Amino acid sequence: MDWQAFGLSVRLAATVSAILLVLAVPLAYWLSVTRFRGRFLVESVVSLPLVLPPTVLGFYVLLALGARSPIGRLWMEWRGHGLAFTFEGLVIASLLYSMPFAVQPLAAAFAQLDPSLRDASAVLGASPWRTFLRITMPLSIEGFLAALVLTFAHTIGEFGVVLMVGGNLPGITRTVSIAIYDDVQALRYDEARATAFALLLLSFLLLAAVYGIRRRPWAASPLA
Amino acid sequence: MTLAATIVKRISASFTIDVDLRASAGITILFGASGSGKSTILRCIAGLMTPDEGRITLDDAVLYDGGARVNAPPQHRRVGMVFQQLALFPHLTVAGNICYGLSDLPQAERNSRLAETTRMFRIEGLLDRKPARLSGGERQRVALARTLVTEPSLLLLDEPLTALDFDIQSRIIDDLRRWNEQRRIPVLYVTHTHREVYALGEQVIVIDNGRVLATGVPHAVLEHPTHPLVANLAGFENLLEGHVLERDEIGGTMQVRIGSSGPDLEVPIADLPSGSAVTVGIRAGDILIANEPPHGLSALNIIEASLAASRREGPAMVADVRTTTGTRLVVHVTPRAFERLGLHAGGRVWLAVKSYSCRIARNDTIRGGFR
Repeated sequence: MDWQAFGLSVRLAATVSAILLVLAVPLAYWLSVTRFRGRFLVESVVSLPLVLPPTVLGFYVLLALGARSPIGRLWMEWRGHGLAFTFEGLVIASLLYSMPFAVQPLAAAFAQLDPSLRDASAVLGASPWRTFLRITMPLSIEGFLAALVLTFAHTIGEFGVVLMVGGNLPGITRTVSIAIYDDVQALRYDEARATAFALLLLSFLLLAAVYGIRRRPWAASPLA
Repeated sequence: MTLAATIVKRISASFTIDVDLRASAGITILFGASGSGKSTILRCIAGLMTPDEGRITLDDAVLYDGGARVNAPPQHRRVGMVFQQLALFPHLTVAGNICYGLSDLPQAERNSRLAETTRMFRIEGLLDRKPARLSGGERQRVALARTLVTEPSLLLLDEPLTALDFDIQSRIIDDLRRWNEQRRIPVLYVTHTHREVYALGEQVIVIDNGRVLATGVPHAVLEHPTHPLVANLAGFENLLEGHVLERDEIGGTMQVRIGSSGPDLEVPIADLPSGSAVTVGIRAGDILIANEPPHGLSALNIIEASLAASRREGPAMVADVRTTTGTRLVVHVTPRAFERLGLHAGGRVWLAVKSYSCRIARNDTIRGGFR
């Protein structure tokens, strides 16, 4: 079993989950309270990775991160190397790819909260920030948990986007799903079997943890 | 403490709230049908909604001023509000809920206020419970306590007791009264049931369709409504339009013809010339119903009619009757009386109405005399 690839995947998933939680919470909160008419457009964009072939997403990310794109050039000036085929590039691609898995459960959790609780908190003297910390967050804890686990599991398992953006550099962009593909191509079936089984077990355990804690059926569904 | 609020808020193309109201220390009832704009007015005062124009002040403090672009956020208004759905925080215990608004106070002060308030509202035994494990009345008390413990300068209550049975309602109302005797802050209490108006109000403001219809003490506004709409809201199920036929100064009555063909009703004399267009309000429970022409009653109005339909509503039978001249009336009788009289659809009945059960309102005083 390819422990290096396994470690890399876990590191990628943890990084992406952490960053995405910070980005997704305000976005999901805004989606759940806004009366902006174009909300459906934002929702569509966020949800695109659910239906888009990973190769298509990977292709556009590759273009956006390439040495000729503004982002690629800025990164080049800052870090001295390009973004494509690097761990950082993978992180950026994965953020986009896993965005709906963080935003949707959070937005669903925020939206099912009784708005009069926020009103009550405000008239009791709490600032919007305090209301979020003391009321909205504790009452949406299932949504947070679902977002975290789904993002993590989804990032660990991604393949197409990684292949397009990251390639297959051991220790840098060779994630566990790429390693399995490689092993099968090279007819190393025993290696592939062990890695695949480890991934299966991890995914199952994560989901079992979420559904074990959930109170409503399918509370953790990304399409909730 | 005095609240002065001028609020203009366009809700839709056909519905605009435009009110000007004052409330001084004591309980003021905002009375009106559902959808008349009462809750929106409260939300504007609390800062949960922004008016389009107007000015809201609490003594010298300006909470909102459209012209000067002042709009204090709700958390800075020192306004307490109890919501219709109560909005208790489900993840906090009763103690956690009550102390929620006290986070800026030192621990000792918090504890003493918690102890005092829970004693006042008799919920000391519930401190460790979550809202889900409270009865309806207990929840109401906790919601009140949570708001009052912050010692607001103004209290807004949005139909907080409507869901409770009468006994619990009146005990909570007593608690609220006792609490307010010490504080003397303005309390705006929204309701659409007139029982609560009598139980609570020192002052009532009648709201209809986003406007103030009448203001005054409950007895004056509801017992002698000068505006048909106030009468309707106050529980006069029958509002009959007609005109004054003739006045009998000595007998103390006057005759009003309903519609163009009657019936003619004897009503208490009022300062209205013959020919005045009026509305007569009669409560459905004030009409006697008989299955043969009644004799020897003091009631001056005996009207022949037929029973069009009937249905049971809660403990009462609601009878839909039509007079021989085509006027429709609603009559409330007990199911037992209904059965004993052998009433059935299509059957002939006689209605007896005392003159003093007829309230009279002039049709041309749209804004009423109590404004």
